[in-house]
Amino acid sequence: MNILKTWCRWPLAAAVCLTTLGAHAQVKIAYIDPLSGGAATIGEHGLKHIQFLIEKINAKGGVINGQKLEVVAYDNKGSPQESLVQVQKAIDAGVRFITQGNGSGAAIAISEFVAKFNERNPGKEVLYFNYAAVDPALTNEKCSYWHFRWDANSDIKMAALTNFMKDKPEIKKIYIIGQDYSFGHSVRNAANAMLKQKRPDIQIVGDELHPLLKITDFAPYVAKIKASGADSVITGNWGNDMSLLLKAAADAGLQVNWYTYYAGGAGGPTAVKQTGLDHRVYQISEWHTNVPSPEMEAFDDEFLKKYGGANAQRWWYLRMKNQMEMFVDALNKAKSDDPKKVAAALRDMKFKTVLGGEVFMRPSDHSLFQDMYISSFGSGTKRDEEKTGWGWKTVGLIKGEDTVIPTTCKMVVPS
Amino acid sequence: MLELIIFSTLNGLLYGMLLFLLASGLTLIFSMMGVLNFAHASFYMLGAYFGYQISRYVGYWPGLLLAPLLVGVIGALVERFGLRTVHKHGHVAELLFTFGLAFIIEELVQMIWGKVPVDYRVPELLNFSAFTLFQTTYPAFRMFMLLMSVAVFIALLLLLTRTRVGLIIRAALSHPNMVGALGHNVPLVFMLVFGVGCALAALAGVIAGPALVTQPSMAASLGPILFVVVVVGGLGSLPGAFVASLLIGLIQTFAVALNVSVADVLAPLGITLTRDSIGGDLWMATVAQVAPIIPYLLLVLVLIFRPKGLMGDRET
Repeated sequence: MNILKTWCRWPLAAAVCLTTLGAHAQVKIAYIDPLSGGAATIGEHGLKHIQFLIEKINAKGGVINGQKLEVVAYDNKGSPQESLVQVQKAIDAGVRFITQGNGSGAAIAISEFVAKFNERNPGKEVLYFNYAAVDPALTNEKCSYWHFRWDANSDIKMAALTNFMKDKPEIKKIYIIGQDYSFGHSVRNAANAMLKQKRPDIQIVGDELHPLLKITDFAPYVAKIKASGADSVITGNWGNDMSLLLKAAADAGLQVNWYTYYAGGAGGPTAVKQTGLDHRVYQISEWHTNVPSPEMEAFDDEFLKKYGGANAQRWWYLRMKNQMEMFVDALNKAKSDDPKKVAAALRDMKFKTVLGGEVFMRPSDHSLFQDMYISSFGSGTKRDEEKTGWGWKTVGLIKGEDTVIPTTCKMVVPS
Repeated sequence: MLELIIFSTLNGLLYGMLLFLLASGLTLIFSMMGVLNFAHASFYMLGAYFGYQISRYVGYWPGLLLAPLLVGVIGALVERFGLRTVHKHGHVAELLFTFGLAFIIEELVQMIWGKVPVDYRVPELLNFSAFTLFQTTYPAFRMFMLLMSVAVFIALLLLLTRTRVGLIIRAALSHPNMVGALGHNVPLVFMLVFGVGCALAALAGVIAGPALVTQPSMAASLGPILFVVVVVGGLGSLPGAFVASLLIGLIQTFAVALNVSVADVLAPLGITLTRDSIGGDLWMATVAQVAPIIPYLLLVLVLIFRPKGLMGDRET
């Protein structure tokens, strides 16, 4: 049976040719993050971020000599194995810059793959920009010359949070809950160690790990938190795991304080509002929508209007804005899109962010150091999130230079 | 402690009844037609999405009736035009057909509604807390889920034990060939049973959609547990499916509450195990951490020691 009838052969061939035309677009960066599954909301939100940034960059004239930037999205479904498949697909499509952030499991897999690939394919190197995976291992024992991280690692964040918590005498019993993978383990280990050192009187009444991005009903876990008598919960949960945990807490009327990393991620603010806990949910981040900065506020409003969607999700990853702007600077400084030259330009770059402060990339481990804000979510703020009427309010600021911690990275600089 | 037990029991019963709504349809279909419907959880997902779409136009309550009807009709059509044609090629072909159907339904759902979870909301009428016990509130919607599942169970029970159709179905459950030989319109009964089975799954979807997230992966997350329930309960046994669903629902919910690990059990006996011992993390894993795989352990044990299932009367 002739499947391909004559009348559809030519249009088919034309379509195939047209798709390859896209391959002639200029500097490509691959966005490899979950676009389905339990972190789809976060992954999609991040994709909108990078698309908006690239639109702005291209509108200002692009990079190097007017070349345009293009983002190609790949769905890694949150899994490390799938991430490697997608990285290979991206490399086959001619992409030489990869960015990812959701899930240290995927991040470690990608970082190791990129390091091995670059070793075996000199001249065809690929760079990996990590905007959100904060397992400390990525810039310590698993560091790599080809990996750059734009977010403070989990130990820095926990140090900041525990410093904030040590001056609160009302905290007596803490419950730690996290996702069962490398990042969740590092959060719980750091929390246990740092609390013991700074406030040995605090009782850790729970230390729980649950499967990553699989659970839709956290009611049993909330019942456990309630039964433990905890007055505060520490969690590094993100994606559905954060918003559904908060939703279950809201359903059960749980009255505790939450010390989180990612309560502000897409879907989080709506869930916090449901709990009714006014200024009792804290997060540590490099920025929030109420940090005073007219230029950033205008940027945020423009993004909300264009990409906010039905849920009115604002800008969230200042670190991605820093990443892309520093990437553009590196491309222009190196006057080339050769990853080796870009890496050399990036690794010790100092950059003035839209907030006015300076951030710097440390060459010994390719970590970026920046100011960190501890904020609480509640009423009475100038700008709100996701149409809840509540917003973030700064309760603590740690300057970038105070966040610097030593590294065990033994980076091998290629010749 | 008492608080934890009460709420875990409530949550476990709720989860168990939800599983039963799904498992009852699957058991009926498998017992009568010998077809293991891999797409059963996909009809559950379709029910949730149809309910969501209907709720966007006319609200939640019409969806409770319309979505199961629609999915039931789709199920009956699948049986009439799909399964019946494939039936003559044997059981394996039917299995593959439903397997492929599951994939197709998931992709269609992703194409129409997107990959991101949809905002299927709890109806305003039920958006309050039903009661407060020991300072923990319990949402009214969950009570509604529980009561609805119990009501459907009772209706199913009455249908099967008090009506003529129920008589034929019960006969066909254990002696399908004899029923055919007696001159009943077995193909019509098959179509009816498949349709009603899918409608039950869709009803479970409409009930569970707002509480558990409505997203394209909801079929894949519930699918495997469903098979555990059906096998553990025993094929051909509806009471078995009921007991197994409640058992698994309660076990999984209570398991989360237990922080005991092998190391904790052996410590009073003088044997100390840490992360660095041989086997390492295996001894440190608490029951709560392995809670999701306990149903599968149960499945393996049942298959080894009692392949008929708890109350089944046919070999698995």
